[in-house]
Order: sequence, then structure tokens, then C-alpha cells
Amino acid sequence: MIEVNPIIIIFAAIFTSNMIFSNFLGMCSFIAVSKEIPTAIGLGISVTMVMTVTTILNYIIYWTVLVRFNLEYLMFIIFILIIAAFVQLLEMVLERYLPTLYYSLGIFLPLITVNCAILGISLFMVTRQYNFMQTLGYAVGSGIGWLLAITAMAGIRSRLNEKSIPEGLRGTPITLIITGIMALAFVGFSGMVQIQ
Amino acid sequence: MNTILTTIFIVTCITAILATLLTISNKTIGNYGEVTLTINDDKEYIVQGGNTLLDTLRAESIFIPSACGGKGSCGYCKARVLEGGGPVLATEKPLLSKEELDSNVRLTCQCKVKQNIKIEIPEELFNVKEYAVYIEKIEQLTSTIKLLRFNFGDEEISFKPGQYVQLKAPAYEGNEEEVYRAYSIASSVNDTHAVELLIGYTGGIATTYVHHHLREGDQAHVNGPYGDFYYHEDDGGPIILAGAGTGMAPIMSILQYMADNDIKRKAIFFFGARTVDDLFLLDKLKMLEEKLYDFKFIPTLSREESQEWKGEKGRVTIAIDKYVEKGGNYTAYLCGSPQMIDSIVEALLKKEIPLEKIYYDKF
Repeated sequence: MIEVNPIIIIFAAIFTSNMIFSNFLGMCSFIAVSKEIPTAIGLGISVTMVMTVTTILNYIIYWTVLVRFNLEYLMFIIFILIIAAFVQLLEMVLERYLPTLYYSLGIFLPLITVNCAILGISLFMVTRQYNFMQTLGYAVGSGIGWLLAITAMAGIRSRLNEKSIPEGLRGTPITLIITGIMALAFVGFSGMVQIQ
Repeated sequence: MNTILTTIFIVTCITAILATLLTISNKTIGNYGEVTLTINDDKEYIVQGGNTLLDTLRAESIFIPSACGGKGSCGYCKARVLEGGGPVLATEKPLLSKEELDSNVRLTCQCKVKQNIKIEIPEELFNVKEYAVYIEKIEQLTSTIKLLRFNFGDEEISFKPGQYVQLKAPAYEGNEEEVYRAYSIASSVNDTHAVELLIGYTGGIATTYVHHHLREGDQAHVNGPYGDFYYHEDDGGPIILAGAGTGMAPIMSILQYMADNDIKRKAIFFFGARTVDDLFLLDKLKMLEEKLYDFKFIPTLSREESQEWKGEKGRVTIAIDKYVEKGGNYTAYLCGSPQMIDSIVEALLKKEIPLEKIYYDKF
């Protein structure tokens, strides 16, 4: 276990170890929902929320149940179960109380279940042996980092709309290229703090 | 051994806790209570909210055609939602045209009933019922087409000549999903306790079920009738009928209707097929030729090489060109593949038959 202040982990997770720009996790919804800023922010907030809550739940279950019974190998299946159930719950709540956001997220809300960034956080928290506060900081920071990345991408893409782009590069390809360039820019933050 | 048992125990416990949690929240958060469903401004139903419109209507025994069973892929279950349907979902948009979006048409399998809702559906759909039927007879007509007679027992069906029913293909070995497929009724409207369907083998889910799994005496489920392709009592001018393969079904029903009611209209039926082996129900058609006021059956074979064939050759459009007079006061009923119908419509327009007098059923 490394001794890093949770507050520093939050900043590190946003900038130096951004889920998208340094790990390239959670790409499918990042590319699919980054067309309009409001929807992107909505999904970003949902992802942050799911990430934070599921990581806390996973942390508790991992250390109190799985480790106690020597069942660490079950973590993949249990983590996915928890994430899936929580997303279901979130879907019901949004459908009932925030229908506008529910409808604008559409099919991507259930797809949060298979957003690998969320499972990634839970797995990193185990391999890096974070304590509870560090885990919380890491989850919140990664969520905000993901929100920041998708919002920035949506901003760029909404400006790209009227620009002439070669036909073969329109849509996903140009998004991937921009992601690559943004990732290079984020390399500038590397070395500031070490969290792994 | 211990590890296996604890694994099973822990996974079961966690799954059970999550399932309970979700069930409880579904009952509380997902419970929209009772809402009022108003259909066509006159019928009101008190229904349980939270389900899709299609399922809600089905629970009230109102059947909207749906081939995919509510997965949002066939696009048949359209209806106008006037109030309370919420915004159009991303899953519906690909299946709705711009005009439909403008006139509040929705896919009932995607639109959820969460508040008081007002919808508009064709009045005929109230006539649609689901029937438990058994197969009275299966007849192999050609190498790929079978005629099936579904008996309704004590129940009765009332339909217009040319309409179709949906046959449920349940899950069977090699097919996990339950689907509904539409087949036109080939039998007479007076035959109210049974329907006859012509089903050609295509290798699809429903035709494989019919051709490889259904036997005489088996149970099946049919709902209907549906469709706006049916015989119209219009100005009484001559009728052009055209079809190919199983597209003969609605035309047979129309011809029998004309025979039963002794309708004195001139009728001519162009039937497209490849070879003599693809022709069927010839004796029945011959009988109709004798019985009807003025009816001619013109089979047109596109691939027949034999010299013995004295009838028409080539595409149906060639025969139409030959037999149909320009400017005659015709009404046309067409049933076949989209390509075939498009080419026939084009040929008929050349004969100055107005588009509004051409009725067709593309499948």
C-alpha cells in the first residue's frame, strides 16, 4: 500500500491518471455520447455517481466478505453483479424522478453497466491496495476525470459539426484521433504525483 | 470442497440480496399506480402503469400487430399517442418517418404507460382477438408451399377478404425467441370457424416452425384479423388481381367472396411463377372460373422451357400489358414481393389506372 493523501489521489485521478486519457477505459460510451454537451454532462454525472457508489459497495464487500472467506477470485463476478444491480436501481430512479435526463441518456444508461471504467476502478482499488479514504478519493476523482474528458470531447465535437472532415474520418475515427491528441496533452501532467 | 461451498453460499447470498432490493424498488419506485388509458376518445380503461403500451393493451385484449414481440425491431406496432406518452425514444426513431413523428405516431412496444394516456388506434383493432387453434389439415401444394387449415373450434373469426392474421411461432429446438409472422387468409370469409394460410418455406424462424415442426392436430396460436388490404365495393368496374407464390392467398379469399356473393364484376388474375411445378390450387381456380361471372386466370411462367406450355411466358408485367386495356375503369389488388409490386404498379400506371385504385400488400 502506498501512502498518498486521498485529496492528492482525487487530483491525480482527474489529471495524471485520467481513466480515458491514460487508461483508455470506458471508450464506447465516451465516443457514442460525446455529441452534445448537455447529454455528455448528464452521462458524466451518472457515471461519476455509479462509480463512487459501486466502488464503495465493492470495497466493503471485497474486504468484509471476499477476503475473509478467501474468495478473492470471485471479485470479477461480484463486482459486475453489484454494478449491474446498482445501474438498474439508478435507471428506475431516473425514469421516475428525472425523466428528461432518462430520455436523453436513452440506451446509454443501461450501458453504464458494461462501462469498463467502472469495473476498472474497482479492480485498481484492489490491485493498488487502497484504504477506504483513498478508494473514495480515487473513485470520485476518476468519475470527475471521466466527466471532464467527455465534456471536453463533446465541446470539441459540437464545434467540428460544420467543419469539413474527409469522409472516411467522420464520426468515430476523428473522435479517436482527437482523444489521442488530448491524451498527449494530458501527458504533460504526468510525474506530478505517483499513485500506483 | 469448502471453497466451492462457500463460493456458492456467498454468490447466492449476494445475488439474493440484490434481487430482493431490486424487486422492492420496482414495487415502490417503479410503481406508477393506476392510470387511465383513453382510446379514440370514447373508451376508457383503468390500467396498471409502468408497462409498455403494447403489453398494457394486450392485457386489455386489444391486439396491435407486432411481428418481433415487442423488441422494437419490426416497427409494426405503431399507434398515435395524443397525450401522456413522453418524448420519442432513441429506440423508436429509426422506425418512424418524419410524417409519423409529426403526427405523434409511436411504437407501442417502446412507449411506456406512466401517466394518464390518450391514444388513437384504428377501430378494426377492437375486432382483433387471440385464438387458440389446432391444425385441421396440412397440404403440400408445391415443393416449398404448404396450405394449412387452422380450426378455431367453437370460436368465430370475422374478417374482410384480403386481410391477414399473425401466427405465433413459439420457441423450439434451434430457436429461442417467440415471434409472430403475418400470413394472409386464403379461405372464404363465410368459413368463420377456420382460416387457411399459404406458407412458403424460406428458412426463417416461423416458416421452419411451420414446415418442420407443425403436424396435423397440433395446437397453435393465431391473432387477427389485421390489414387495410381488402376487397372494396367501389364503382363495380373490372378487377385486376396479381400475385406470385403465397401472394395468391388474399386473392383466393377475394375471389371466393365474389363467388359467394355473386358479384358481377369482370376479374382477371395474373399469377407469376417460374415453372409449371410452381403452380398450385389449379382445380380450385378452374372451379372459380366456371362459377364466377367473368373470371380469367392467367398464369405467367418466367422460366418454363417446355414446349407443352401454351400459356403466357415471361414476367407478369408483359401479360398485363397484353390483357389490360388502356383507360379501362379498373381496380387492382396486388400481393407479392416489393420488387414485383413496384414493377406491376408502374405497368398499371402506364395503363392510366389511378394510384388510388391500386391496392397492394407487399411482403
